Amino acid sequence: MTADKETFEIALKGLEAAVQRLEAGDQPLEEALACFEEGVKAVSRCQELLNQAELRVEQLMAGSDGKPVLTPFARSEKESEE
Amino acid sequence: MTESSPPLRVSRLIELLKETVEDNFIQVAVEGEISNLSRPASGHLYFTLKDEQGQIRAAMFRGSARSLRFVPEDGMQVVCRGRVSVYTQRGELQLVVDAIDVVGAGGLQIAFEQLKLKLAAEGLFASERKRPLPAWPRTIGVVTSATGAVIHDILRVLERRGVGVRVVLCPVRVQGEGAAGEIAAAIATLNTVGEADVLIVGRGGGSLEDLWAFNEEIVARAIVASHIPVISAVGHEVDVTIADYVADLRAATPTAAAEQVAKSRLELEGHLDRLRLQLASQMRIRIQQIRQRLTPIQQRLVSPQMQLRLWSQKAATLQDRLQRATFRLRETRQARLSTLAGRLDALSPLRTLERGYAIALREGDGTAVHDAASLAPGDRLRLRLARGVARVTVDEIEGAT
Repeated sequence: MTADKETFEIALKGLEAAVQRLEAGDQPLEEALACFEEGVKAVSRCQELLNQAELRVEQLMAGSDGKPVLTPFARSEKESEE
Repeated sequence: MTESSPPLRVSRLIELLKETVEDNFIQVAVEGEISNLSRPASGHLYFTLKDEQGQIRAAMFRGSARSLRFVPEDGMQVVCRGRVSVYTQRGELQLVVDAIDVVGAGGLQIAFEQLKLKLAAEGLFASERKRPLPAWPRTIGVVTSATGAVIHDILRVLERRGVGVRVVLCPVRVQGEGAAGEIAAAIATLNTVGEADVLIVGRGGGSLEDLWAFNEEIVARAIVASHIPVISAVGHEVDVTIADYVADLRAATPTAAAEQVAKSRLELEGHLDRLRLQLASQMRIRIQQIRQRLTPIQQRLVSPQMQLRLWSQKAATLQDRLQRATFRLRETRQARLSTLAGRLDALSPLRTLERGYAIALREGDGTAVHDAASLAPGDRLRLRLARGVARVTVDEIEGAT
Protein backbone atom coordinates (compact mmCIF):
# COMPACT_ATOMS: atom_id res chain seq x y z
CA MET A 1 0.00 0.00 0.00
CA THR A 2 2.72 2.42 1.00
CA ALA A 3 4.88 1.33 -1.92
CA ASP A 4 1.91 1.85 -4.23
CA LYS A 5 1.31 5.26 -2.79
CA GLU A 6 4.90 6.21 -3.32
CA THR A 7 4.76 4.86 -6.84
CA PHE A 8 1.69 6.94 -7.52
CA GLU A 9 3.15 10.09 -6.11
CA ILE A 10 6.41 9.58 -7.97
CA ALA A 11 4.51 8.88 -11.19
CA LEU A 12 2.33 11.95 -10.70
CA LYS A 13 5.36 14.14 -10.01
CA GLY A 14 7.08 12.69 -13.09
CA LEU A 15 4.02 13.44 -15.17
CA GLU A 16 3.82 17.01 -13.92
CA ALA A 17 7.52 17.49 -14.64
CA ALA A 18 7.17 16.04 -18.14
CA VAL A 19 4.31 18.39 -18.98
CA GLN A 20 6.28 21.34 -17.63
CA ARG A 21 9.37 20.46 -19.62
CA LEU A 22 7.33 20.06 -22.79
CA GLU A 23 5.64 23.38 -22.11
CA ALA A 24 9.01 25.08 -21.83
CA GLY A 25 9.57 23.82 -25.38
CA ASP A 26 13.30 24.42 -25.43
CA GLN A 27 14.65 20.91 -25.69
CA PRO A 28 15.61 19.09 -28.87
CA LEU A 29 13.12 16.73 -30.48
CA GLU A 30 14.79 13.64 -29.14
CA GLU A 31 14.50 14.91 -25.56
CA ALA A 32 10.95 16.10 -26.15
CA LEU A 33 10.03 12.64 -27.37
CA ALA A 34 11.71 11.02 -24.36
CA CYS A 35 9.81 13.44 -22.15
CA PHE A 36 6.54 12.58 -23.83
CA GLU A 37 7.19 8.88 -23.54
CA GLU A 38 7.99 9.30 -19.85
CA GLY A 39 4.76 11.25 -19.40
CA VAL A 40 2.68 8.64 -21.19
CA LYS A 41 4.16 5.92 -18.99
CA ALA A 42 3.43 7.96 -15.87
CA VAL A 43 -0.18 8.52 -16.93
CA SER A 44 -0.81 4.84 -17.44
CA ARG A 45 0.89 4.00 -14.16
CA CYS A 46 -1.27 6.49 -12.28
CA GLN A 47 -4.40 5.30 -14.04
CA GLU A 48 -3.56 1.72 -13.28
CA LEU A 49 -3.06 2.51 -9.60
CA LEU A 50 -6.28 4.50 -9.44
CA ASN A 51 -8.26 1.81 -11.18
CA GLN A 52 -7.04 -1.08 -9.11
CA ALA A 53 -8.29 0.52 -5.89
CA GLU A 54 -11.67 -1.07 -5.19
CA LEU A 55 -13.67 -0.14 -2.13
CA ARG A 56 -12.43 -2.52 0.56
CA VAL A 57 -13.51 -2.48 4.16
CA GLU A 58 -11.43 -3.92 6.97
CA GLN A 59 -11.73 -3.86 10.70
CA LEU A 60 -9.09 -3.58 13.37
CA MET A 61 -9.61 -6.18 16.07
CA ALA A 62 -7.54 -7.15 19.05
CA GLY A 63 -5.60 -10.27 18.13
CA SER A 64 -4.91 -13.19 20.43
CA ASP A 65 -1.66 -11.53 21.53
CA GLY A 66 -3.51 -8.29 22.23
CA LYS A 67 -2.03 -6.58 19.20
CA PRO A 68 -4.50 -5.18 16.67
CA VAL A 69 -5.07 -7.27 13.55
CA LEU A 70 -6.95 -6.45 10.37
CA THR A 71 -9.94 -8.58 9.49
CA PRO A 72 -12.50 -8.13 6.71
CA PHE A 73 -15.45 -6.09 7.91
CA ALA A 74 -18.86 -7.66 7.37
CA ARG A 75 -21.39 -4.92 6.92
CA SER A 76 -24.22 -5.49 9.37
CA GLU A 77 -27.68 -6.79 8.54
CA LYS A 78 -29.09 -3.37 9.28
CA GLU A 79 -28.02 -2.26 5.84
CA SER A 80 -29.99 -4.92 3.96
CA GLU A 81 -33.14 -4.31 5.98
CA GLU A 82 -33.25 -0.71 4.83
CA MET B 1 -26.38 11.90 81.29
CA THR B 2 -26.12 12.84 84.95
CA GLU B 3 -23.37 14.33 87.06
CA SER B 4 -22.61 10.95 88.50
CA SER B 5 -21.84 9.53 85.08
CA PRO B 6 -18.16 9.21 84.35
CA PRO B 7 -16.80 11.81 81.84
CA LEU B 8 -16.47 10.84 78.15
CA ARG B 9 -13.22 10.95 76.37
CA VAL B 10 -13.20 13.46 73.45
CA SER B 11 -12.69 10.82 70.85
CA ARG B 12 -15.59 8.85 72.27
CA LEU B 13 -17.82 11.89 72.08
CA ILE B 14 -16.83 12.48 68.47
CA GLU B 15 -17.44 8.83 67.70
CA LEU B 16 -20.94 9.08 69.16
CA LEU B 17 -21.64 12.29 67.24
CA LYS B 18 -20.32 10.71 64.06
CA GLU B 19 -22.61 7.74 64.39
CA THR B 20 -25.58 10.05 65.00
CA VAL B 21 -24.77 12.30 62.04
CA GLU B 22 -23.93 9.49 59.64
CA ASP B 23 -27.07 7.58 60.50
CA ASN B 24 -29.29 10.59 59.88
CA PHE B 25 -27.64 12.27 56.87
CA ILE B 26 -26.85 9.34 54.57
CA GLN B 27 -27.98 11.06 51.43
CA VAL B 28 -28.20 14.84 51.23
CA ALA B 29 -28.17 17.45 48.51
CA VAL B 30 -26.79 20.78 49.64
CA GLU B 31 -26.71 23.96 47.62
CA GLY B 32 -24.03 26.53 48.26
CA GLU B 33 -20.98 28.35 46.90
CA ILE B 34 -17.57 26.74 46.64
CA SER B 35 -14.77 28.55 48.48
CA ASN B 36 -11.28 27.77 49.80
CA LEU B 37 -10.93 25.06 47.20
CA SER B 38 -7.75 23.03 47.44
CA ARG B 39 -6.64 20.27 45.13
CA PRO B 40 -3.64 18.40 46.55
CA ALA B 41 -1.64 15.87 44.60
CA SER B 42 -3.59 13.05 46.21
CA GLY B 43 -6.43 13.81 43.82
CA HIS B 44 -8.93 14.49 46.59
CA LEU B 45 -10.76 17.81 46.57
CA TYR B 46 -11.28 19.92 49.67
CA PHE B 47 -13.42 23.02 49.83
CA THR B 48 -15.86 24.96 51.97
CA LEU B 49 -19.48 25.06 50.91
CA LYS B 50 -21.11 28.20 52.19
CA ASP B 51 -24.06 30.52 51.99
CA GLU B 52 -24.66 33.95 53.56
CA GLN B 53 -25.19 32.56 57.06
CA GLY B 54 -23.08 29.45 57.34
CA GLN B 55 -20.44 27.13 56.00
CA ILE B 56 -19.38 23.50 56.12
CA ARG B 57 -16.17 21.77 55.19
CA ALA B 58 -16.51 19.44 52.21
CA ALA B 59 -14.29 16.69 50.81
CA MET B 60 -14.57 14.87 47.52
CA PHE B 61 -12.37 11.82 47.35
CA ARG B 62 -10.27 10.83 44.33
CA GLY B 63 -12.63 8.17 42.98
CA SER B 64 -15.56 10.57 42.79
CA ALA B 65 -13.47 13.58 41.78
CA ARG B 66 -12.19 11.70 38.74
CA SER B 67 -15.68 11.38 37.30
CA LEU B 68 -16.23 15.15 37.41
CA ARG B 69 -16.55 16.51 33.92
CA PHE B 70 -15.69 20.04 34.87
CA VAL B 71 -13.17 21.56 37.17
CA PRO B 72 -14.78 23.07 40.31
CA GLU B 73 -13.72 26.62 40.98
CA ASP B 74 -14.12 29.03 43.87
CA GLY B 75 -17.30 31.04 43.59
CA MET B 76 -19.16 28.36 41.67
CA GLN B 77 -22.76 27.90 42.81
CA VAL B 78 -23.26 24.16 43.11
CA VAL B 79 -25.42 21.41 44.49
CA CYS B 80 -23.31 18.79 46.26
CA ARG B 81 -24.69 15.31 46.73
CA GLY B 82 -23.29 13.07 49.38
CA ARG B 83 -23.41 12.27 53.08
CA VAL B 84 -22.50 14.12 56.21
CA SER B 85 -19.72 12.86 58.49
CA VAL B 86 -17.48 14.08 61.25
CA TYR B 87 -13.76 14.55 60.77
CA THR B 88 -12.54 12.84 63.93
CA GLN B 89 -9.15 14.49 64.33
CA ARG B 90 -10.70 17.98 64.44
CA GLY B 91 -14.22 17.24 65.53
CA GLU B 92 -15.50 19.05 62.49
CA LEU B 93 -18.57 18.37 60.47
CA GLN B 94 -17.67 17.35 56.96
CA LEU B 95 -19.72 16.92 53.82
CA VAL B 96 -18.40 13.91 51.88
CA VAL B 97 -19.34 14.74 48.28
CA ASP B 98 -20.03 12.08 45.65
CA ALA B 99 -21.21 14.39 42.84
CA ILE B 100 -21.40 18.07 42.08
CA ASP B 101 -23.88 19.76 39.76
CA VAL B 102 -23.46 23.32 38.73
CA VAL B 103 -26.48 25.52 39.38
CA GLY B 104 -27.76 27.41 36.36
CA ALA B 105 -25.57 26.44 33.40
CA GLY B 106 -25.17 22.70 33.11
CA GLY B 107 -21.98 21.14 34.40
CA LEU B 108 -21.27 19.73 30.93
CA GLN B 109 -21.60 23.15 29.40
CA ILE B 110 -19.19 24.53 31.99
CA ALA B 111 -16.75 21.72 31.37
CA PHE B 112 -16.98 22.31 27.63
CA GLU B 113 -16.21 25.98 28.00
CA GLN B 114 -13.37 25.28 30.40
CA LEU B 115 -11.66 22.78 28.14
CA LYS B 116 -12.25 24.95 25.11
CA LEU B 117 -10.53 27.88 26.83
CA LYS B 118 -7.66 25.72 27.99
CA LEU B 119 -6.94 24.14 24.60
CA ALA B 120 -7.40 27.42 22.76
CA ALA B 121 -4.83 28.97 25.09
CA GLU B 122 -2.43 26.21 24.07
CA GLY B 123 -2.96 27.19 20.45
CA LEU B 124 -4.45 23.85 19.51
CA PHE B 125 -7.30 25.39 17.50
CA ALA B 126 -4.97 27.59 15.44
CA SER B 127 -5.59 27.42 11.73
CA GLU B 128 -1.83 27.01 11.13
CA ARG B 129 -2.09 23.68 12.88
CA LYS B 130 -4.66 22.37 10.38
CA ARG B 131 -3.07 19.97 7.95
CA PRO B 132 -4.35 19.62 4.39
CA LEU B 133 -6.19 16.41 3.56
CA PRO B 134 -4.16 14.05 1.37
CA ALA B 135 -4.60 14.62 -2.34
CA TRP B 136 -4.81 10.93 -2.88
CA PRO B 137 -6.50 9.21 0.08
CA ARG B 138 -6.00 5.52 -0.45
CA THR B 139 -6.86 4.30 3.01
CA ILE B 140 -9.36 5.94 5.30
CA GLY B 141 -9.22 5.08 8.97
CA VAL B 142 -12.59 5.37 10.67
CA VAL B 143 -13.04 5.61 14.42
CA THR B 144 -16.67 5.02 15.27
CA SER B 145 -19.09 2.34 16.35
CA ALA B 146 -19.17 -0.81 14.23
CA THR B 147 -22.95 -0.89 14.49
CA GLY B 148 -23.79 2.80 14.19
CA ALA B 149 -24.98 4.75 11.17
CA VAL B 150 -21.66 6.52 10.66
CA ILE B 151 -19.71 3.69 9.03
CA HIS B 152 -22.68 2.87 6.78
CA ASP B 153 -23.11 6.50 5.77
CA ILE B 154 -19.43 6.72 4.90
CA LEU B 155 -19.41 3.49 2.89
CA ARG B 156 -22.62 4.48 1.08
CA VAL B 157 -21.11 7.80 -0.04
CA LEU B 158 -17.86 6.19 -1.18
CA GLU B 159 -19.80 3.57 -3.14
CA ARG B 160 -22.10 6.11 -4.74
CA ARG B 161 -19.13 8.23 -5.76
CA GLY B 162 -17.36 5.20 -7.15
CA VAL B 163 -14.32 5.97 -5.11
CA GLY B 164 -12.24 2.85 -4.69
CA VAL B 165 -10.44 3.22 -1.39
CA ARG B 166 -9.58 1.02 1.51
CA VAL B 167 -11.51 1.69 4.69
CA VAL B 168 -10.12 0.51 8.00
CA LEU B 169 -12.63 0.66 10.78
CA CYS B 170 -11.43 0.77 14.33
CA PRO B 171 -14.61 0.01 16.25
CA VAL B 172 -15.19 1.88 19.52
CA ARG B 173 -17.99 2.73 21.85
CA VAL B 174 -18.97 6.30 21.10
CA GLN B 175 -20.84 7.09 24.31
CA GLY B 176 -20.89 6.17 27.95
CA GLU B 177 -18.22 5.41 30.47
CA GLY B 178 -14.85 4.64 28.84
CA ALA B 179 -15.91 5.74 25.36
CA ALA B 180 -13.46 8.67 25.30
CA GLY B 181 -10.56 6.40 26.24
CA GLU B 182 -11.47 3.94 23.50
CA ILE B 183 -11.73 6.72 20.91
CA ALA B 184 -8.37 8.16 21.92
CA ALA B 185 -6.74 4.71 21.84
CA ALA B 186 -8.25 3.98 18.42
CA ILE B 187 -6.80 7.20 17.01
CA ALA B 188 -3.40 6.22 18.38
CA THR B 189 -3.71 2.67 17.01
CA LEU B 190 -4.63 3.88 13.52
CA ASN B 191 -1.49 5.98 13.61
CA THR B 192 0.55 2.80 13.82
CA VAL B 193 -1.55 0.12 12.09
CA GLY B 194 -3.46 0.15 8.83
CA GLU B 195 -1.53 2.81 6.91
CA ALA B 196 -4.43 5.23 6.80
CA ASP B 197 -3.93 8.53 4.93
CA VAL B 198 -6.76 10.28 6.72
CA LEU B 199 -8.92 9.54 9.75
CA ILE B 200 -12.62 10.14 10.21
CA VAL B 201 -13.57 10.28 13.87
CA GLY B 202 -17.21 10.57 14.67
CA ARG B 203 -20.64 9.40 15.66
CA GLY B 204 -24.26 10.17 14.85
CA GLY B 205 -26.40 12.82 16.48
CA GLY B 206 -27.45 12.81 20.10
CA SER B 207 -27.75 14.89 23.24
CA LEU B 208 -24.83 16.79 24.69
CA GLU B 209 -24.52 13.88 27.09
CA ASP B 210 -24.38 11.37 24.17
CA LEU B 211 -21.75 13.38 22.33
CA TRP B 212 -19.76 13.93 25.48
CA ALA B 213 -16.86 11.62 24.68
CA PHE B 214 -15.92 13.96 21.84
CA ASN B 215 -15.67 16.82 24.34
CA GLU B 216 -13.18 15.05 26.53
CA GLU B 217 -9.61 16.19 26.77
CA ILE B 218 -8.19 12.72 26.14
CA VAL B 219 -9.87 12.62 22.71
CA ALA B 220 -8.74 16.15 21.89
CA ARG B 221 -5.16 15.25 22.84
CA ALA B 222 -5.25 12.10 20.72
CA ILE B 223 -6.41 14.10 17.70
CA VAL B 224 -3.66 16.66 18.30
CA ALA B 225 -1.06 13.88 18.58
CA SER B 226 -2.21 12.12 15.40
CA HIS B 227 0.32 12.18 12.57
CA ILE B 228 -2.51 11.49 10.17
CA PRO B 229 -4.91 14.34 9.34
CA VAL B 230 -8.19 13.95 11.20
CA ILE B 231 -11.67 14.82 10.01
CA SER B 232 -14.15 15.14 12.85
CA ALA B 233 -17.72 14.20 12.07
CA VAL B 234 -19.80 14.36 15.22
CA GLY B 235 -23.57 14.51 15.31
CA HIS B 236 -25.46 16.96 13.20
CA GLU B 237 -24.65 20.31 11.66
CA VAL B 238 -25.44 22.21 14.89
CA ASP B 239 -23.38 20.03 17.21
CA VAL B 240 -19.90 21.41 17.73
CA THR B 241 -17.54 19.47 19.95
CA ILE B 242 -14.01 20.01 21.21
CA ALA B 243 -12.95 17.31 18.73
CA ASP B 244 -14.25 19.56 15.95
CA TYR B 245 -12.06 22.41 17.14
CA VAL B 246 -8.84 20.42 17.20
CA ALA B 247 -9.48 18.31 14.08
CA ASP B 248 -7.81 19.27 10.82
CA LEU B 249 -11.21 19.49 9.22
CA ARG B 250 -14.66 19.58 10.76
CA ALA B 251 -17.31 17.85 8.71
CA ALA B 252 -20.87 18.77 9.60
CA THR B 253 -21.92 15.12 9.39
CA PRO B 254 -20.25 11.76 8.73
CA THR B 255 -21.75 11.86 5.23
CA ALA B 256 -20.08 15.22 4.64
CA ALA B 257 -16.78 13.76 5.84
CA ALA B 258 -17.00 10.96 3.29
CA GLU B 259 -17.96 13.46 0.58
CA GLN B 260 -14.86 15.43 1.45
CA VAL B 261 -12.65 12.39 1.02
CA ALA B 262 -14.41 11.43 -2.21
CA LYS B 263 -13.98 14.98 -3.47
CA SER B 264 -10.22 15.00 -3.09
CA ARG B 265 -10.11 11.68 -4.86
CA LEU B 266 -12.27 12.92 -7.75
CA GLU B 267 -10.21 16.11 -7.91
CA LEU B 268 -7.11 14.01 -8.24
CA GLU B 269 -8.63 12.07 -11.14
CA GLY B 270 -9.51 15.39 -12.76
CA HIS B 271 -5.94 16.58 -12.26
CA LEU B 272 -4.62 13.44 -13.90
CA ASP B 273 -7.00 13.87 -16.85
CA ARG B 274 -5.87 17.46 -17.33
CA LEU B 275 -2.22 16.47 -17.20
CA ARG B 276 -2.82 13.75 -19.77
CA LEU B 277 -4.49 16.21 -22.16
CA GLN B 278 -1.72 18.75 -21.62
CA LEU B 279 0.92 16.14 -22.31
CA ALA B 280 -0.70 15.17 -25.61
CA SER B 281 -1.35 18.72 -26.76
CA GLN B 282 2.14 19.88 -25.81
CA MET B 283 3.65 17.05 -27.81
CA ARG B 284 1.42 17.86 -30.78
CA ILE B 285 2.59 21.46 -30.63
CA ARG B 286 6.22 20.36 -30.45
CA ILE B 287 5.86 18.05 -33.42
CA GLN B 288 4.12 20.78 -35.38
CA GLN B 289 6.93 23.20 -34.60
CA ILE B 290 9.60 20.73 -35.54
CA ARG B 291 7.83 19.75 -38.73
CA GLN B 292 7.64 23.39 -39.75
CA ARG B 293 11.32 23.82 -39.10
CA LEU B 294 12.12 20.54 -40.82
CA THR B 295 10.28 21.04 -44.13
CA PRO B 296 12.72 23.50 -45.72
CA ILE B 297 15.68 21.44 -44.59
CA GLN B 298 14.10 18.26 -45.85
CA GLN B 299 13.64 19.79 -49.26
CA ARG B 300 17.36 20.39 -49.52
CA LEU B 301 18.32 17.10 -48.07
CA VAL B 302 18.67 14.21 -50.59
CA SER B 303 20.19 10.81 -50.11
CA PRO B 304 23.61 10.12 -51.70
CA GLN B 305 22.17 7.48 -54.00
CA MET B 306 19.59 9.96 -55.20
CA GLN B 307 22.33 12.52 -55.59
CA LEU B 308 24.37 10.08 -57.67
CA ARG B 309 21.41 9.35 -59.89
CA LEU B 310 20.75 13.04 -60.26
CA TRP B 311 24.36 13.67 -61.11
CA SER B 312 24.57 10.85 -63.65
CA GLN B 313 21.38 12.08 -65.25
CA LYS B 314 22.82 15.53 -65.41
CA ALA B 315 26.05 14.12 -66.75
CA ALA B 316 24.18 12.21 -69.45
CA THR B 317 22.29 15.32 -70.43
CA LEU B 318 25.49 17.28 -70.49
CA GLN B 319 27.20 14.62 -72.57
CA ASP B 320 24.33 14.62 -74.98
CA ARG B 321 24.43 18.37 -75.25
CA LEU B 322 28.14 18.20 -75.69
CA GLN B 323 27.89 15.68 -78.51
CA ARG B 324 25.24 17.66 -80.25
CA ALA B 325 27.16 20.83 -79.77
CA THR B 326 30.30 19.24 -81.16
CA PHE B 327 28.43 17.90 -84.11
CA ARG B 328 26.82 21.24 -84.81
CA LEU B 329 30.15 22.95 -84.43
CA ARG B 330 31.73 20.64 -86.99
CA GLU B 331 28.82 21.16 -89.34
CA THR B 332 29.04 24.91 -88.99
CA ARG B 333 32.74 24.89 -89.48
CA GLN B 334 32.43 22.71 -92.50
CA ALA B 335 29.88 25.06 -94.00
CA ARG B 336 31.95 28.07 -93.26
CA LEU B 337 34.99 26.42 -94.69
CA SER B 338 33.14 25.63 -97.90
CA THR B 339 31.89 29.22 -98.15
CA LEU B 340 35.30 30.60 -97.40
CA ALA B 341 36.86 28.20 -99.84
CA GLY B 342 34.31 29.28 -102.49
CA ARG B 343 34.96 32.87 -101.77
CA LEU B 344 38.67 32.26 -101.82
CA ASP B 345 38.30 30.42 -105.04
CA ALA B 346 36.30 33.27 -106.61
CA LEU B 347 38.92 35.76 -105.53
CA SER B 348 41.80 33.75 -106.89
CA PRO B 349 43.71 35.67 -109.61
CA LEU B 350 44.22 32.40 -111.36
CA ARG B 351 40.50 32.42 -112.29
CA THR B 352 40.91 35.91 -113.86
CA LEU B 353 43.89 34.67 -115.78
CA GLU B 354 41.75 31.74 -116.95
CA ARG B 355 39.46 34.23 -118.52
CA GLY B 356 42.42 35.56 -120.67
CA TYR B 357 43.87 38.32 -118.50
CA ALA B 358 47.53 38.64 -117.68
CA ILE B 359 49.40 40.24 -114.84
CA ALA B 360 52.44 42.39 -115.49
CA LEU B 361 55.07 42.08 -112.79
CA ARG B 362 58.27 44.16 -112.59
CA GLU B 363 61.31 42.08 -113.20
CA GLY B 364 63.12 43.56 -110.17
CA ASP B 365 60.84 43.63 -107.22
CA GLY B 366 58.02 41.45 -108.71
CA THR B 367 55.32 44.00 -107.94
CA ALA B 368 52.23 44.22 -110.17
CA VAL B 369 52.12 47.08 -112.63
CA HIS B 370 48.94 49.17 -112.31
CA ASP B 371 49.92 52.39 -114.26
CA ALA B 372 51.67 52.74 -117.61
CA ALA B 373 53.20 56.01 -116.45
CA SER B 374 55.26 54.12 -113.91
CA LEU B 375 57.03 52.40 -116.80
CA ALA B 376 59.71 53.54 -119.16
CA PRO B 377 60.71 52.03 -122.51
CA GLY B 378 63.27 49.37 -122.11
CA ASP B 379 61.83 48.14 -118.70
CA ARG B 380 61.73 44.42 -118.42
CA LEU B 381 58.52 42.77 -117.23
CA ARG B 382 57.31 39.29 -116.58
CA LEU B 383 53.80 38.53 -117.91
CA ARG B 384 51.99 36.08 -115.76
CA LEU B 385 49.46 34.13 -117.86
CA ALA B 386 46.94 31.46 -116.98
CA ARG B 387 49.57 28.93 -117.69
CA GLY B 388 53.20 29.96 -117.76
CA VAL B 389 55.16 33.25 -117.71
CA ALA B 390 56.54 35.40 -120.59
CA ARG B 391 59.51 37.79 -120.24
CA VAL B 392 58.92 41.01 -122.27
CA THR B 393 60.51 44.44 -122.83
CA VAL B 394 58.53 47.78 -122.89
CA ASP B 395 58.83 49.50 -126.28
CA GLU B 396 56.65 52.60 -126.01
CA ILE B 397 54.34 54.27 -123.47
CA GLU B 398 50.79 55.32 -124.58
CA GLY B 399 47.93 57.05 -122.78
CA ALA B 400 49.96 57.86 -119.69
CA THR B 401 48.08 60.04 -117.28
